[in-house]
Amino acid sequence: MAKKQLVQVKINGRTREAMVEPRLLLVHFIRESLQLTGTHIGCDTSNCGACTVLLNGKAVKSCTMFAVQADGGELLTVEGLMQDGQFHPLQEGFKQEHGLQCGFCTPGMLLSAYALLQQNSNPTDQQIRWGISGNLCRCTGYQNIVKAVQFAARKLGEGKSVAQGGSK
Amino acid sequence: MIPPSFEYFRPATISEAVSLLQQHGDEAKILSGGQSLIPMMKLRLARPGFLIDINRISGLSYIEEEGGFLKIGGLTREAELEASSLLHSRYTIILDTASVIADPQVRNLATIGGNLAHGDPANDHGATMLALGAQIVATGAKGQRIIRIEDFFVSLFTTALTHDEILTEIRIPVPPPKSGGAYFKLERKVGDFATVAVAAQITLDGGGACQKAGIGMTNVGATPLKAKKAEDFLRGKKLDAANINHSAQLAADESQPSPDLRGPAEYKKGLVKELAKRALSSALQRAGS
Repeated sequence: MAKKQLVQVKINGRTREAMVEPRLLLVHFIRESLQLTGTHIGCDTSNCGACTVLLNGKAVKSCTMFAVQADGGELLTVEGLMQDGQFHPLQEGFKQEHGLQCGFCTPGMLLSAYALLQQNSNPTDQQIRWGISGNLCRCTGYQNIVKAVQFAARKLGEGKSVAQGGSK
Repeated sequence: MIPPSFEYFRPATISEAVSLLQQHGDEAKILSGGQSLIPMMKLRLARPGFLIDINRISGLSYIEEEGGFLKIGGLTREAELEASSLLHSRYTIILDTASVIADPQVRNLATIGGNLAHGDPANDHGATMLALGAQIVATGAKGQRIIRIEDFFVSLFTTALTHDEILTEIRIPVPPPKSGGAYFKLERKVGDFATVAVAAQITLDGGGACQKAGIGMTNVGATPLKAKKAEDFLRGKKLDAANINHSAQLAADESQPSPDLRGPAEYKKGLVKELAKRALSSALQRAGS
């Protein structure tokens, strides 16, 4: 067994650390070492995107990265989306538009959509499909996921215009 | 799936990484984006005893024109290629290629250097670099050496890099005016390897005839293949439908596909022809004929 190494990350705003073997995958670090089980393991072969998290603002598949690589980085998982007891507009969108059925792909889908909206606050239908093309859903046929992301984009847009209005 | 145990190093400089490679010989592997290596380790198709993570080495990620070359750092991510305004304005063939690799999450980590150094004939950049006549900069203990892309791909998963060299830069001669290129890939679904893909890069002369053509092919042989006969045929000729068709046929004849789940060999040869026609036609349009 290789020597354990210290991995420290800032995850959902909190600094956490653990001693891990270098071969520990990031997704196992998140679920087992840090006990945040919202991030799912789906295919375990970097096809399905269920394990998607944000590392330093970029969506990555946490089953295809070692925890030691994330040392010193900032992570966002599904547990970090809710703020002050309020759903993130994406979570609200998935609820309102029925963007899930079994829910297994949802944490990864939310994080990919989150990354997309960070880059493009008003994506077209096609851009949303492109943005979530690394995430598989076997229930919804994607229609309602696209609607859920559009819902969130609208809601976030309204929030911005309200904020701008208020600052005048 | 849990990969076999390994010792992990995170050097801060290239020279440190090279000396680690020398120290640990064949058992050491460079970890770049990891999007091919880690899946292979999980499947135990690769079992390096030592992983040398180059992701924290600064100065290996850039896209710039200098001294007549487009220079791309080995650690440049696919997503960075996709977002590059320089590539958008002058190297659309590289954008075509980067944007059809895997999926957005994989492109956030996967690097152009890793894509080439992995030596997988199904990887996309190889064909495009063959079409562009690129050069590979390998850095080892004795400094840098330049490898022509034609000499880089040796056999399945084997490149001309020695075990203590790192691919640090890709150099592409800046194409003259009236040049254009395109990459066409057929994949069964987003994220799949190419069933077949073809890259074509052309330069036109003053009279509108083809001065130079580069054609590369993905996943139709043990390495990315250069369609030399198809390229030679086009030199000095007008790129009309008949000549494009004949060149595409020559490329199909030069391809050596194997039958697999993605289709029989004859089907893939047919695809080479069709995709070569599309790539050449698009290259011609982009060259501003």
